[in-house]
Amino acid sequence: MTGIYIHIPFCSSKCPYCDFYSFKGDEKQKDSYLKAVLSALEGYADKSIKVDTLYFGGGTPSVFGGDRIGRIVTYIRESFGLRENAEITVECNPSSTDEAFVREVKRAGVNRVSMGMQSAVDRERKILGRPSGREDIKRAVTLFKNEGIDNISLDLMLGVPYQTPESLDESIDFILSLGVKHISAYMLKIEKGTPFERDEEKLALPDEDTVADMYLHTSERLRKEGFIHYEISNFALGGFYSRHNTKYWQCEEYIGIGPSAHSYYKGKRFYYSRSFEDFLSGKEPVCDGEGGSEEEYIMLSLRLGEGLDGKKFTERYGKCLDKALFEKAEKYKKIGLLKTEGDRIFLTPEGFLLSNSIISDLLY
Amino acid sequence: MASKKENIRNFSIIAHIDHGKSTLADRLLEITDSVAKRDMSDQILDDMDLERERGITIKAHAVKLNYKAKDGEEYELNLIDTPGHVDFNYEVSRSLAACEGAVLIIDASQGIEAQTLANTYLALDHDLELVPVINKIDLPAAEPDRVAAEVEEVIGLDCMGAPRVSAKTGENVADVLERIVSDIPAPSDCDDKAPLKALIFDSVYDNYKGVIVYVRVMQGTLRAGETMRMMATGAEFNVVEVGYMRATGLEPCKELSSGEVGYITASIKTVRDAKVGDTVTKVQNLASEPLPGYRKVNPMVYCGVYPADGADYEALRDALEKLQLNDASLSYEPETSGALGFGFRCGFLGLLHLEIIQERLEREYNLDLVTTVPSVVYKIHLTDGSVVEIDNPTHYPEQASIDYCEEPITNAHIYSPADYVGSIMDLCQDRRGIFKDMKYITPDRVDIHYELPLNEIIYDFFDALKSRTRGYASFDYEIFEYRRSSLQKVDVLLNGDIIDALSFIIHSEKAMSRARKIAEKLKEHIPRQMFEIPIQVAIGSKVIARETVKAMRKDVLAKCYGGDITRKKKLLEKQKEGKKRMRQFGTVEVPQEAFMAVLKLDDNG
Repeated sequence: MTGIYIHIPFCSSKCPYCDFYSFKGDEKQKDSYLKAVLSALEGYADKSIKVDTLYFGGGTPSVFGGDRIGRIVTYIRESFGLRENAEITVECNPSSTDEAFVREVKRAGVNRVSMGMQSAVDRERKILGRPSGREDIKRAVTLFKNEGIDNISLDLMLGVPYQTPESLDESIDFILSLGVKHISAYMLKIEKGTPFERDEEKLALPDEDTVADMYLHTSERLRKEGFIHYEISNFALGGFYSRHNTKYWQCEEYIGIGPSAHSYYKGKRFYYSRSFEDFLSGKEPVCDGEGGSEEEYIMLSLRLGEGLDGKKFTERYGKCLDKALFEKAEKYKKIGLLKTEGDRIFLTPEGFLLSNSIISDLLY
Repeated sequence: MASKKENIRNFSIIAHIDHGKSTLADRLLEITDSVAKRDMSDQILDDMDLERERGITIKAHAVKLNYKAKDGEEYELNLIDTPGHVDFNYEVSRSLAACEGAVLIIDASQGIEAQTLANTYLALDHDLELVPVINKIDLPAAEPDRVAAEVEEVIGLDCMGAPRVSAKTGENVADVLERIVSDIPAPSDCDDKAPLKALIFDSVYDNYKGVIVYVRVMQGTLRAGETMRMMATGAEFNVVEVGYMRATGLEPCKELSSGEVGYITASIKTVRDAKVGDTVTKVQNLASEPLPGYRKVNPMVYCGVYPADGADYEALRDALEKLQLNDASLSYEPETSGALGFGFRCGFLGLLHLEIIQERLEREYNLDLVTTVPSVVYKIHLTDGSVVEIDNPTHYPEQASIDYCEEPITNAHIYSPADYVGSIMDLCQDRRGIFKDMKYITPDRVDIHYELPLNEIIYDFFDALKSRTRGYASFDYEIFEYRRSSLQKVDVLLNGDIIDALSFIIHSEKAMSRARKIAEKLKEHIPRQMFEIPIQVAIGSKVIARETVKAMRKDVLAKCYGGDITRKKKLLEKQKEGKKRMRQFGTVEVPQEAFMAVLKLDDNG
């Protein structure tokens, strides 16, 4: 099974914390981009490729337009072995989501939506570059639901300027009131070259300990509400994991199309450069070496709530997990950062917070 | 070719750091055509990179110049360049003993500084004729008249006719040469028939010739093929070559004779066989007694030097061995630290010497080092009546077995504009100084004399002095006695384990405040880890300061989308690499910077 990721590099405005590849783009650029995507897909097209997830990320796919998204889905349906029950996700933001867009993507077969909410507190939204208010979020969610798309995910950011444990609860309350199936709750990271990096000193950012507490609190609250903390930053009700993103974490294949999009396909990792022009001119992706090593598999599995399963590892690599891994794990077990259950090693939410240190220690 | 004895002038140049000694030497070489203009690089005598960069002379050098004076006579001038720092006082004194005179350079804007005086007194001790030269007259801030008056008043040297030069532009530099010829006497008591006595004032190791011994022949002669003996060590060698030092290289000659300055090679393998200050004589015609002034040089300051990466141990040993070929005052022996693994206990003449060696190891040998807190040599009198000398806190005896301790005390002179007297006295007081006296050397410059314990000086005293006086004060010290003192050994514990490399010996009154500072610094520099780390500073089992490094809470890549797995993998690999640069103590990882920070406690802070 293969996943396909389509990067939509357009945004109506650039948020000050974001370092994803995107720009405003006009209608003409969007048209040529559509052509370039279709022609890149053509390079892979083969009915025997079984595709079970399709993901439009960005950027902001909703500013690309439902019609163009529809044309891409149609092409994939005609030229690949797109599964009947495939998960088809579009990312969108509340302000560019209108009835027409919702109708068009529904018609194209989109059955999952991931909305960049980030915060439900207007003061926080504003500094994050999200001028729309919480009412717009509610409106957009309702539009999708009315159209029959109720597999909805909302993004929630932790550790944003002005955020306090109380304001975080306000955002969580709001999310719960909307009845969504999935929540991505991730801690703000100050990325190089962003306005947030430049102004870091001036931003009223909560300190590291507070952010850690916010994270644990979020996990606890959502779990109480029936969500499963199935990946470091992801929570879902039963049966509503993001199947596409799970591919990344389970070291499964995916084809990424568009500037800066990464692929792991037929054992190789490769990616398109961060250049719109290069992509339009049909420039080939850059090779990024072999993928799917044991190390990679272990590193990615440990991001998941179910963790690293010795049985699955053996099925995949034909050998047992290194004993040393379990020995090293002991010290983390003692302080509650990690647990084991038979052949399975998995991190606790406290362990997720320190996952870089733990994983790098276990691995190297 | 040997000159007439009465036309030989042996002299050195003395100055405070940065007053232009090396630049003046360059100009003298240029004027006497000793170096072709095209071969002229700045400060040709300072051939170590470090010397050029720091503007100080570390090793002595010598060079023979030919000069045709205005009187029509051809003179042989032997310039012996001396190290310009108090750590190398003994070397300076041996170089001066090889001379009849000295050019004393004074900066036309700064006037007399600590080492101007220290070196002047040294020169006067050796009965040298002083030729004052006022340098840097090209500077806008130059006040040659004021400085000349200051020199007359403070040193009592007639400065009326002193050449006022700019070594930088070359202005009036020729006058200096005339002064050297007219004012500095020719070597006296030259007797080529007498038994050979040649003073070693320096030696350097050369890959092809072995040790090159620099000497001043006081009496007698020496030729290749003869057998020489070092009077202090008793070592004998067959002379392979004798000759003169030229600016462009060595120039062999048939014979060195009394009054001359030259070199000897004799397949000598280590500079320790040609000790500075020793007397060279001939086996065939032994001198009855050596020249006065030889002293065995003992290191004053010790510290542990460890490779940051244990795998570099061998490389570090090779590097120390090579450095020692050229530096008889550097000592080292293997030591082991529970915290740092295998390394060396190194002895140095002083702090500058320590820094220079450390820097050369890092730079010239590309080594990453961790050094421990420097220590002086303490004399510990035990209850059984015996005395042990301790240069490593790890070897400090059980408190119960100690009768009393002694520590080295220095005579320290600080020269400073009068404005800073208050804050300098505060600093010295704080460093357990005992005020001796204060002299106004001019209406607005003072010489403050304190007795200061050496172990107070080695903790960044000079940095503290500079920052309190905005760099205007200079400083000079010399150990003069061991004195009874109340000392204690202080240990640092991380997560309950003593980190031996961080132990130190300190006066009991200072223990508390230093302990607090160390705990704070460590807290600042040890990154949060997965466990809480208690930092304790203790005397014996009594904890006198404590801090805690809180457990790290957050180290995570929250976003892992877009499938860029390679970057994430690299990040984790890099993280592990970073850990390798840390020292592991039990479960605690300590970065090198933490050690450095403890060494550089800023007492002003």
